[in-house]
Amino acid sequence: MTTAIPNSYRIGPDERGHFGIFGGRFVAETLMPLILDLEKAYADAKADPAFQAEMNSYRTHYVGRPSPLYYAERLTEHLGGAKIYFKRDELNHTGSHKVNNVLGQIMLARRMGKQRIIAETGAGQHGVATATLCARFGLDCVVYMGAVDVERQQPNVLRMEMLGAKVIPVQSGARTLKDAMNEALRDWVTNVHNTFYCIGTVAGPHPYPMMVRDFQSVIGQETRAQMQEAEGRLPDSLVACIGGGSNAMGLFHPFLDDPSVEIFGVEAAGHGLTQLHAASIAGGRPGVLHGNRTYLLMDEDGQIAEAHSISAGLDYPGIGPEHSWLHEAKRVTYLSATDDEALDAFLLLSRLEGIIPALEPAHAIAKVMQLAPKKPRDHLMVVNLCGRGDKDVPQVGEILRKRAKAS
Amino acid sequence: MDARFAQLKTEGRSAFVTFVMGGDPDPETSLAIVKALPQAGADIIEIGMPFTDPMADGPSIQAAGLRALKAGMTLKKTLHLVRSFRETDTATPIVLMGYYNPIYIYGVDRFLDDAKSAGVDGLIIVDLPPEEDTELCIPALKAGLNFIRLATPTTDDKRLPAVLANTSGFVYYVSITGITGAAAADSSAVGAAVARIKRHTALPVCVGFGIRTPETARAIAANADGAVVGTALVDALKASLDADGRATARTVSAVADLAAALAQGVRGAQQAAE
Repeated sequence: MTTAIPNSYRIGPDERGHFGIFGGRFVAETLMPLILDLEKAYADAKADPAFQAEMNSYRTHYVGRPSPLYYAERLTEHLGGAKIYFKRDELNHTGSHKVNNVLGQIMLARRMGKQRIIAETGAGQHGVATATLCARFGLDCVVYMGAVDVERQQPNVLRMEMLGAKVIPVQSGARTLKDAMNEALRDWVTNVHNTFYCIGTVAGPHPYPMMVRDFQSVIGQETRAQMQEAEGRLPDSLVACIGGGSNAMGLFHPFLDDPSVEIFGVEAAGHGLTQLHAASIAGGRPGVLHGNRTYLLMDEDGQIAEAHSISAGLDYPGIGPEHSWLHEAKRVTYLSATDDEALDAFLLLSRLEGIIPALEPAHAIAKVMQLAPKKPRDHLMVVNLCGRGDKDVPQVGEILRKRAKAS
Repeated sequence: MDARFAQLKTEGRSAFVTFVMGGDPDPETSLAIVKALPQAGADIIEIGMPFTDPMADGPSIQAAGLRALKAGMTLKKTLHLVRSFRETDTATPIVLMGYYNPIYIYGVDRFLDDAKSAGVDGLIIVDLPPEEDTELCIPALKAGLNFIRLATPTTDDKRLPAVLANTSGFVYYVSITGITGAAAADSSAVGAAVARIKRHTALPVCVGFGIRTPETARAIAANADGAVVGTALVDALKASLDADGRATARTVSAVADLAAALAQGVRGAQQAAE
C-alpha cells in the first residue's frame, strides 16, 4: 500500500473523514444522524470567534495553559547528546493533556444542548478530565472503564467518583480500554437522543479524529512559540507516546509541514513485539474498528486481538487513523518501548528531574534515552510529558516490591 | 429473496425471520440448528458472523459470538455452514449479518465470490452506513447479493432516501434506539414507523430488536412484512448448554421449539388481520 506524498500533511481529512485510506465513519445507522449533526456543530463552533475566545479563557484560568516548555538539564547531561526539553502538559489541571480535548468537547456538548456525557477511559486520565468538566458545568457524567483498569488505576477511579461521575467497570473482553469503548458505544446507541459521547483520543468516527486533534494542537502551537522564544528556532525533533495518539497528534500536527523537524511516535511494546503488546503500527495492519479504518492488532480472521501494556492508557489494539496515514506517508517514525524500558525511564526521570511521569510518557522518555545520545549537543529535542505519575504510584510501588523480593 | 416475499404475499402473511450466531455453540450443532429452522417455520434465516467487538449487540449476542469464536469459528467456516445448509435447502433465503472487519480482512472481492457460490442471498453489515457504500454495498449489489440496510428511529424522513438508495431484499427496521436484546418494541409506534418507511420504498419492511415472545411477534408481524427474532433464540440456546458451555441433546430442539412457537405467533397475525 503506497501513499502519494501530499503538498501538505496538515490538510486532512477530506469531507468524508478520510486520511488517505484511513478514518471514515464506520458506525451503526442509529448513530449516523448524530455524527452528521456533530460534524456540523463543530464546524460552526470552529468558525465562531466567541467559542474560541471562551475556550481560550478557560484554558488560561481553569486548565492553566500555556504549559511550560522546560529544559531538562540533568537528563540532557546524563544522556550526553541532544538538548532535551519537556512540554509540561502534566501540569495541566487534572494532570494530563486530556483536559485540552475534554474542554473543547464539553463546550460543544453544551452548545448542542446535551445534558448527559459519556466517556471511555483507560488510565482514567480522560475519565477524570471528563468528570472534572462535567462537574464544572453541571452535566451528568458516566465513564466506562475496563474492570482490569479500575483495579490498576484506583486513584483515578476515586477521583472520578468524588467529582460526581458514575464509573461503570466493563467486564467484557480483556476488560481494558477497547472493551470500555465498545460499552460506551452501546450506551450511545441506546441514549443517542440526550447523550454526547466525549471520545478521549484521535480515533472513532469522523469528525472525532479531526476534532480531538484540533483541540490538542494547542500543545504543538505553544511549543512552536516557546521554542522560538527559548532558542530562536524550531526544534529538531519531537517525541511522544502513542496509545490512540492524541497527545502525540497535538504536539506533531503544527510541525508536520516543517521538513527539518524529525518526528517520533512511541507505541507500547508490552512484553516485547513477539509477545503480548499494544503496538498497532509495529505489529498490526489496516482494519476497521470503533468507527474508523486504521492499523489494528488482529488475527488472520480479522478478530481483534487483546493488547497488553503496563500502561493502561496505551493498552489499546488500535491507533488514531491520522497516525496510520502519517506512518504510510513516512512523515512520522513509529517506534516502540517495552514495559521494562518504560519502567526504567519512569524511575530515571523521577530521580534525575524530580518529575514522576505517568507510565504513558515514560514510554516516550525510554526512546529519548536511546535517541538523544546519538544526536549532537545543538540538537533540540522536545518530549511531550503528557501526564503525571501520581495515578501510577501504587502500581509501580507494587512492581518494585516484587522485583526487590525476586532479586 | 424476492421470490420468498412474493410467495408470502400470495399467502397473505408476514415473514418470520430468525437470527442465530454462526458456529454457536460449535460448528456442527450450529449447522443442525440452521437446518431445523425452516421446519420450525422460519421463512428467512440470518446467520451472525462472529466478531470480537460487536458494538451494536447486547450481552446475549456478544456471548454467542465469543462461544462461536472459542469453538474455532471463522468467516470461512461460516461460509462453509451456508454451503452445507444449501445441500438440502435451496429455497430458504440466507442473510449473513455482522461487522465489516472480518470481511475486509478476508478481502471484499473474494468474500463476495465465496458468499455467492456458497448460496448466500444477502448481507447486513451493522457498521457500514450509506456514507461507506463504496466499501462493500456497491460491490455486493454488482455481485448479485442483496445489501439489506438497517433503518432506525433516528433515521428521519430527510435521511431515509439515502439509507434506502442502495438497499435491496428488504429493509430491516430496528424498532428501538439501542442494542440487540434490549427493551421491548412498542407495536403501535412500530406500525407508524413502518408506514413512514413504506412511503419511501416498495421493499418489504421487516422489524427486529426487542421481539422475544409469540405475542410480541404477532403484534409486530401485524404491522410489518416480517418480524425478526434473535436474542430470544440465542438465549434459548444458551439455556440448553451444559455447565462448560457445550451443546447437549436438548440444544437443537430448544432453539427449534421456540422458533416454532414464534412462527405460530407470526402466522397468527395474518389470521387476525383477515
